[in-house]
Amino acid sequence: MTVYWLCFILFLTGLYGVITRRNLIKIAISLSVMEFSCFLFLALIGYREGGVAPIVDMADPVKTYVDPLPQAMVLTAIVIGLATTAMLMAVIIRIYRKYGTFDIREIKNLRG
Amino acid sequence: MMNPLIPLLVAVPLAGAFLIMILGRFITGVPRIMALATLLLLAFISFWLLITGGAASSVYTLGGWEPVDGVPIGLYLIHDGFSALVLCIISLIGLLSVIYSISYMARYTSENYFYSLFCLMIAGMNGVVLSGDIFNIFVFLEISVISSYALVAFGVEKNELEATLKYQVLGAVASFMILFAIGFIYWSAKTLNIADIRVVFGEGGQGPHYILIQILLLTGFGLKAAIIPFHAWLPDAHSSAPSPISAMLSGVLIKAVGIYVIIRLFFNMFEITVGMAILITTLGALSMAAGVFLAIGQWDIKRLLAYHSISQMGYVIMSVGIGMILMARGIRSEVAALAITGGIFHMLNHAAFKGLLFLNAGAIEYSAGTRDLREMGGLARSMPFTSATSLAASLSISGIPPFNGFFSKLIIIVAAVMGRFYLLAALAALVSIITLASFMKFQRYAFYNTEPGKIQKEIREVPLPMLLSMVTLALICLLLSLLALPGIRETVLSPATDILMDQMKYSSQITGM
Repeated sequence: MTVYWLCFILFLTGLYGVITRRNLIKIAISLSVMEFSCFLFLALIGYREGGVAPIVDMADPVKTYVDPLPQAMVLTAIVIGLATTAMLMAVIIRIYRKYGTFDIREIKNLRG
Repeated sequence: MMNPLIPLLVAVPLAGAFLIMILGRFITGVPRIMALATLLLLAFISFWLLITGGAASSVYTLGGWEPVDGVPIGLYLIHDGFSALVLCIISLIGLLSVIYSISYMARYTSENYFYSLFCLMIAGMNGVVLSGDIFNIFVFLEISVISSYALVAFGVEKNELEATLKYQVLGAVASFMILFAIGFIYWSAKTLNIADIRVVFGEGGQGPHYILIQILLLTGFGLKAAIIPFHAWLPDAHSSAPSPISAMLSGVLIKAVGIYVIIRLFFNMFEITVGMAILITTLGALSMAAGVFLAIGQWDIKRLLAYHSISQMGYVIMSVGIGMILMARGIRSEVAALAITGGIFHMLNHAAFKGLLFLNAGAIEYSAGTRDLREMGGLARSMPFTSATSLAASLSISGIPPFNGFFSKLIIIVAAVMGRFYLLAALAALVSIITLASFMKFQRYAFYNTEPGKIQKEIREVPLPMLLSMVTLALICLLLSLLALPGIRETVLSPATDILMDQMKYSSQITGM
């Protein structure tokens, strides 16, 4: 049970970082921490005590297998996470070129 | 029997997006023609499915994996009364936005990227609406929102970048909450199919995380739908995007990936509980009231319209929430049906009139070069068509007969009174009056001012493609009010209400039990 709690704490750490950090790069890193806590959680769900990779062996058909579906989900989610992070970094670089700063307090054109 | 047209709704725009990207590099003029052809085909397919499908739901199993002992395996695409309506508004508003973009996007560069991302966004939204599998909803959701992040930033100036940054950070937090909730669902229910999850939850396998799952999903999709405590990104993102994209974001995206999914999950996946229903109704009423008060002080046209989107989505959420409360208590189910019908009807109407209003705002910006209401004046003389269509849309959003907004707001208020939610009914009427005041300000300052305003250059009416899509949407605003008539209402809106009202129908038709 402890690992699940640690995983949840990792998620909350990422959320705390997104809320409190002022540097855009650090916000992006915090988002990645949140993202990877989700992946870790999905991988933990699929884990079975003493399980092996789910390739059915005809000689010994009653082995314990780990659940392959969350692993497939994690793979898909990693690809999506890559796209999100790449997009975010591209925007942050563009912002640095326009505003000359990574400080989120300086970036406040839009109000009201 | 599987309907082979259903997967085309996702496959056609996806193929279109990549072909535009490849062919657009070599041949100029191809992107707009291909985008137009893609959206025309999509509009044809979705209306064909609405007319022929009617009340019946059809299920398409990808790869032909049939259920084993009533447990669905593989991926399902489900087309029923509710998703048919949302698919129709996606392709219709998408088609008109593409026609509008032909002239509007001429001042931007990289035409092929624009149309490619546009088709990708449509593919994602269609996928979210059709998918019968919670993880696939997440995947398609990400496809559509990542392309919308890029489209919001399309101008790559200071404001656009700031808006897209806020949108992306909040959108990413929402996505991870949804992913976390999906993990919990799989942990408790050991399945990802919405219909199967419903069966498992119904048999008491709710697990200890049931409330947490609901709260995480409501927060995640609430952020995508910009319900009031989660609304901070919407006014920036929707006002900074190019106008046809604003029309798509406000008119369709927040509904397809936000409101639609919330309604679908809370009716067809979870069992409705009184506590959750009251929470949803409260959030809806809060958005409705706070959105309009934030809107009335705005001077930037597109920000004003963006805040009104929050308020109008509040109407939809509130009226669906009233239906949920009545259903959870098991009383007056005909009033619950009326409230849900009103909510769905208002969602369709909002797509039409808010899409039109953003296109009008784009037309004003195109001709006058400003979005500030205080700098405009007397545009009614120089831009007669824009002025007339925006008057139609303003009357529609303020709820003046014979436009569509009147009928849906009337249904919502009548349902609230019949369900004995007198306070909510009064609030809905009050918000409608403030909406009218705010749009009178818009009309007065932009079009019917006698002062010439501060614009130096000569103002002309916008080119023909832009006029065509605005006039078509104004006609749709009028025609949609026909849906309130008895006879037409039963054939179009009732299948959508039935699938939400009948708690087990959605899952029984998929699991085959």
